[in-house]
Amino acid sequence: MTTTATPSVVRLLRFDGVQRVVHWINAVLFGVLIFTAIPLYFGSFFGILFARHQIQEIHLWSGLLLPLPFIASLVGPWGARMRRDVHRFTYWTRGELRWLLSLGREKTNLDKFNPGQKANALFIGAAIIVMWATGYILQWFRFFPVSWREGATVTHDFFAFAIVVIVVGHIVMALAHPDAMGSMFKGTVSREWARRHAREWADEEGSTQ
Amino acid sequence: MTDEKVVGDAKTPVGRRLFLGIVALGAAGVALGAQAQKALGNKLGSGLASLLPGGDHFRIYTITGGYPNIPTSTYRLEVSGLVDTPLNLSFSDLTALPATEMVKGFQCVTGWRVDGVSWKGVPLTHLLNMAGVKSSAVAVSFDSYDHADSESLLIEQAHLPDIMVAYEMYGKTVTREHGGPVRLVVPQMYGYKSLKWLSAIRVVDRVEPGFWEQNGYPTNGWLDGSTGATNPSPNLS
Repeated sequence: MTTTATPSVVRLLRFDGVQRVVHWINAVLFGVLIFTAIPLYFGSFFGILFARHQIQEIHLWSGLLLPLPFIASLVGPWGARMRRDVHRFTYWTRGELRWLLSLGREKTNLDKFNPGQKANALFIGAAIIVMWATGYILQWFRFFPVSWREGATVTHDFFAFAIVVIVVGHIVMALAHPDAMGSMFKGTVSREWARRHAREWADEEGSTQ
Repeated sequence: MTDEKVVGDAKTPVGRRLFLGIVALGAAGVALGAQAQKALGNKLGSGLASLLPGGDHFRIYTITGGYPNIPTSTYRLEVSGLVDTPLNLSFSDLTALPATEMVKGFQCVTGWRVDGVSWKGVPLTHLLNMAGVKSSAVAVSFDSYDHADSESLLIEQAHLPDIMVAYEMYGKTVTREHGGPVRLVVPQMYGYKSLKWLSAIRVVDRVEPGFWEQNGYPTNGWLDGSTGATNPSPNLS
C-alpha cells in the first residue's frame, strides 16, 4: 500500500443550483438579445432584412423576460444564498473601494467577490432596469412624450454598447480564471482557491463548517 | 471577533449607491438624451455623430408585421379623387416623368435621425398638376399598398416643391423595407408622414387623419424650421 501524498481537497459551495440556473438563463438571454440587436441596429447597412419582424419579436420577448429569473431567485426560501450575495454587493468596506479605484493594486481583505466582480454585478443589474424601461418606451412609444422616446433611443443605444463591453470583459476574465469559471458549472471552488482569492469568505465558511 | 473588524473597516452601502447611480444615469438619459444628442451632433457634425450609438441609422418599423413585396413590373400608382384626369401610372411611366433629386435629413418622431439621404423621384406637385386639381380640393390622402397605413397633407402643403414621390434612395430603387418601390418623402415633416409602399394619391375635400394621426400624432408633423420652406398651414392640428 502506498500512502496518498495529496490530502483530500475540501471544496466550498460558491454558487448553489438556483444561482447557477439563473446565471445561465441570463447568459442565454443576453446572448439572444445581443445577437438579435445586431441586425436591428445595423439593419439598414446590411440592406437585407431577413425576417426582421421575427427578430424584433425575439428581442422584445427576451428583453421582457430578462428580469424574471433573477427576481424569482430572490423571493422564495430557495433564494437564501442569492439574497446573501446581493447583500455582499451592497455593502463595501473602504478597503474594497480603494482596491477598485487602484484596480487591485492596493490590497485589502477580499470578500466572496472582489470589488471588480461586485461592480460588474451591480452594473449589469442596473443596466437590466435601464434597458427594460427604455425598451418598454421604445416598444410602446405612443404612451410617452416625444422627448422621452428620443432620450430612450439614445439611452438604450449607449447602454447596449456599454453592456457589450462589460459582457465581453466578463467572459474574458472568466476564461482567464478557470477555477472561478468552473464554480459557475460545478458550484464549488477549492478551499485553497478561496483562501487566495476570497480570504474573508474562506474564513467565514471555515467557521461555519 | 466580527465587531472589531466592522469598527476597523466600516461597511458603507457603496454598492447601493453605484447601482442607483447607474439607474439614475439611465433616467437622466431618457429625460435629457434628446438635447444631449442634438448638442453633441451639432458640435461634432453628422460625420462623427454617425459613429456614435444613437446616430445615423434607419430603424425600420412596420405596423403590419411584414413588408409588402411589390415588383416594379406590376407596380401601379393611382391619382384620383377631385382631379380633372385621374392617372394610373406604372413604374416605368413614373420613371419616364421629369425627375428631381434631393438630399435631405430623415427625422423620426421617436428620436433617431439620418442625415444626407439622397432621393430621386417625381415632385408630388408635378403629379397633381398633371391630373389637374379641382378648386374644391382641400387635402390629399395617401394610401399604402396593403391599405394598412394612410397619410394626409393639406393641398397647399402637398404643392411644396420638395415633397416627392420617390423611387430611388441612395441611387438605387427604393428597397422593400424602406417602402419600395415607390414611397412618399415629406422632408419637412416627421418620418411617419413619409408614407411607404405608396399606391394611391386621392385628392379629397377634407383632411382624413392617417393611421398615425388616429393614434395620437399631429396631422401637421412639421419639423420646426429645420428643413425647407415654412409651413403654409401652421394652424392645422
